[in-house]
Amino acid sequence: MKGENFRSRIRSFTDRAVTVLAILATALVVTPLVVIFGYLIFKGASSLNLDFFTKIPKPEGESGGGMANAIVGSGVLLGLASAIGVPIGIGGGVFLAEFGRGTKLANSVRFTADVLNGVPSIVMGLAAYALIVSPHVNFLPFLGHFSAFSGGIALGIMMIPTVCRTTEEMLLMVPHAVREAALGLGVPNWRSVLSITLKTASPGIITGCMLAFARVAGETAPLLFTALGNSFMSTSLNQPIEALPLQIYVYALSPYDDQHRLAWAGALVLILLIVVAVSLVRYVTSRGVLKGAS
Amino acid sequence: MGVGIEVTNLNAWYGSNHTLQDITLNIPANHATALIGPSGCGKSTFVRCLNRMHETNPIARVTGSVRIGDLDIYNDAKPVQVRRRVGMVFQRPNPFPTMSIYDNVASGLKLNGYSNRRVLDEIVERSLKNSALWDEVKDDLKKKSGASLSGGQQQRLCIARALAVDPEVLLMDEPASALDPVSTSKIEDLIFQLKTQYTIVIVTHNMQQAARVAEKTGFFLNGRMVEFDSTHKIFTNPSDKRTEDYITGRFG
Amino acid sequence: MAPVPEIRISQPPIPREAKVNDERRLPAAPVVETSPIRQYLLSRGNSALADRIFHLLMVLCALSIFAIVGLIAWQLVMNSQLTWEKFGLGFFYKTFKNPITNEPLFWDPVNERFSALPFVYGTLVSSFLALLIAVPLGVGLAIFLTEMSPRALRGPLAFLTELLAAIPSVIYGLWAVFVLVPLLREYVNPLFVRVFGWTGFFSDDNPTGLGFFAGGVILSIMILPIISSLTREVMSAVPHSQREAVLALGATRWEMIRMGVLRNARIGIVGAIILGLGRALGETMAVTMVIGNTPEIHRSLLSNGSSMAAVIANEFTEAVSDMHRTALIEIGLALFIVTIIVNAFAQLLVWAVTRGTPSQAH
Repeated sequence: MKGENFRSRIRSFTDRAVTVLAILATALVVTPLVVIFGYLIFKGASSLNLDFFTKIPKPEGESGGGMANAIVGSGVLLGLASAIGVPIGIGGGVFLAEFGRGTKLANSVRFTADVLNGVPSIVMGLAAYALIVSPHVNFLPFLGHFSAFSGGIALGIMMIPTVCRTTEEMLLMVPHAVREAALGLGVPNWRSVLSITLKTASPGIITGCMLAFARVAGETAPLLFTALGNSFMSTSLNQPIEALPLQIYVYALSPYDDQHRLAWAGALVLILLIVVAVSLVRYVTSRGVLKGAS
Repeated sequence: MGVGIEVTNLNAWYGSNHTLQDITLNIPANHATALIGPSGCGKSTFVRCLNRMHETNPIARVTGSVRIGDLDIYNDAKPVQVRRRVGMVFQRPNPFPTMSIYDNVASGLKLNGYSNRRVLDEIVERSLKNSALWDEVKDDLKKKSGASLSGGQQQRLCIARALAVDPEVLLMDEPASALDPVSTSKIEDLIFQLKTQYTIVIVTHNMQQAARVAEKTGFFLNGRMVEFDSTHKIFTNPSDKRTEDYITGRFG
Repeated sequence: MAPVPEIRISQPPIPREAKVNDERRLPAAPVVETSPIRQYLLSRGNSALADRIFHLLMVLCALSIFAIVGLIAWQLVMNSQLTWEKFGLGFFYKTFKNPITNEPLFWDPVNERFSALPFVYGTLVSSFLALLIAVPLGVGLAIFLTEMSPRALRGPLAFLTELLAAIPSVIYGLWAVFVLVPLLREYVNPLFVRVFGWTGFFSDDNPTGLGFFAGGVILSIMILPIISSLTREVMSAVPHSQREAVLALGATRWEMIRMGVLRNARIGIVGAIILGLGRALGETMAVTMVIGNTPEIHRSLLSNGSSMAAVIANEFTEAVSDMHRTALIEIGLALFIVTIIVNAFAQLLVWAVTRGTPSQAH
């Protein structure tokens, strides 16, 4: 009897101890998030003035200036990246959901896409460098040097697997009955996929693209030796270009306080963009991606 | 005007499952023909062979011949062409969720490239009137989505959508089984009206329904067509014992 | 045959009166043999060509994924030739000697002697340190969220985890440089030196606060969301019947979790951990900013070091010689191969448990 009592006391103690540990773990996870956001706001908010968004950086050591070139540069890069990543990614997703379901090819594509998502972004940058930027490659006018073009390609390639998988998932959620209705009317397959299935899944597909967009918006490593960075305003695809995360990286490591200040402000802008994107995605998916589809 | 359907030696497989065995029958034009039988007897598969929807399943296979009017649908036409001449209404109403009522009805035409606005307006109105839905939706044609209607209304919308492409044959796979009795009787009234214009083939679990709307009835069992005759005969004096057993409720 | 009882049908199917009002009667349109609509539709082809082109386009998009992987591999291999020919596999474990000080020397761009050993070491050390911290925390969070937390908390906490996962590496790095490193420098590192200095893992000869430890800590925060979300996913995939069976035997909640859930999900949890490892191996920006960027190997976690990804980020744009650049690309190739293997393995494990196509860790 005594042994039993002792055992059960140990058991309930363990149970309670584990509960405490789990709560502790949760607190330890939530804390850095709160702290990071706190610092971003605390250190960055004060520098967010009109100058920040409209001026380009001053030469080193001088105070003032802004990150307009980085914001515009990010816009250019992300535009190019989306132009590559979204159509190809959606196409891949359409293949996986509409044409290749269950086939070995589709399974290997899916697996490869998931694995590709895990490849470090710096490796993507290296490959883009070797392919486009390296001086050995110069048979086309936009090859052989650092450029926004190479940066956009590196980022675009990173978007493809993400967009592909989320598109596939959203298409698989379209009820089979909707496809049957279209086929039963004698609508050709291509038209049915485009006008009916894709359209029905479009809210979810768009959120998938937003997620991929938010992810590459914060990527620095692939841009280090493709877009390179540019302290002047530039929108040319054929020249090096600045990007927000790139600028933050350089400024964070610089010895000048003023640039540190700008780095915090830039980080705040970047994180706000990402938080908005993530929240939107959550909102749309929780509301029910396929409104009205029975 | 509807056309007749001639089925000769139709066999169908799902993979290695021989779902339909040697079906031969003639479905008369401008009549309603009911297909009855217990679950899994192949009547849905049969109907789906008539508009080549059976083939949308990659492991499906068909042999034999089906002539709709003068068209051999397996040898002389591609599936897409066949389906434009043979309309289908499914068991569960399936209006396109992203489209308005108007767009739903017009979808068969718009998605096939037809764009004449005036004619589309006429066709939408006519189809909705033919499917007894016009009065209920005429004010909200473009404002309400197809999915916002009640179940019975959705099914009538699907019928309107099928009618809009002016098919020669209308296939209905248990069209009222997911609906309440009031909607069911509205649909049955519809079939009554429609059969003067189209050839209708209706699959039903409900023998009373078959008796109410169809002139001819076919009894399917285990992938074979056991008996095909006038509805009156099937239900009062069937020739085959299995038919008698089914309609007296001994099984199924 | 016996006469069939007539109960089944109330009356023979005599055509009924059409009980409809005028508006529902069929319009009196002339019944033509082939209406214009029918003619139009009959004239449309069967779209076989359009279908085939569309199909081909979609296949090409899907194949682009293979093309991307192939392209990356090809470029990396092609551009690693120089150092591969000169050093072979020894690139990864050779140790040179500094002729003057007789200290081990690994990375000597001036004399074109390259060994990736310190970077491999740094990557492994920082990653395992990160796992050491992140696995208990991540699994603990997952247990809390799936089994213990009140329903109301689940949504917000899951959202917070998602936010953690979405923060870009460079912002983690920024925060680490200005907040975490000073914190470590002032408070944490001296404490560790005092308490654990005897193990040799914490020596006090690097007062900057940078180093392997800083890298490991910031990495742990970054891989935590992945481990936690995936663990949650595999835990949720365990059927309730398992939990109920254990509870019915009189187990406490922790025992139920341990025996009913964790035991069943352990393969998936291992997969989640390995996926976290895969992410840690390739993390670049935050690690570069705090690890000290020194190509040396030291036992103390508090000394400066470097990692494979960090040295590439740091030196690539300044590399002048082809050999230097090639050495860095070869490190990139190694990173590529390792992360692919690790991620592929982890994916298989997670798939085995959730049995299907798991979405990105939400």
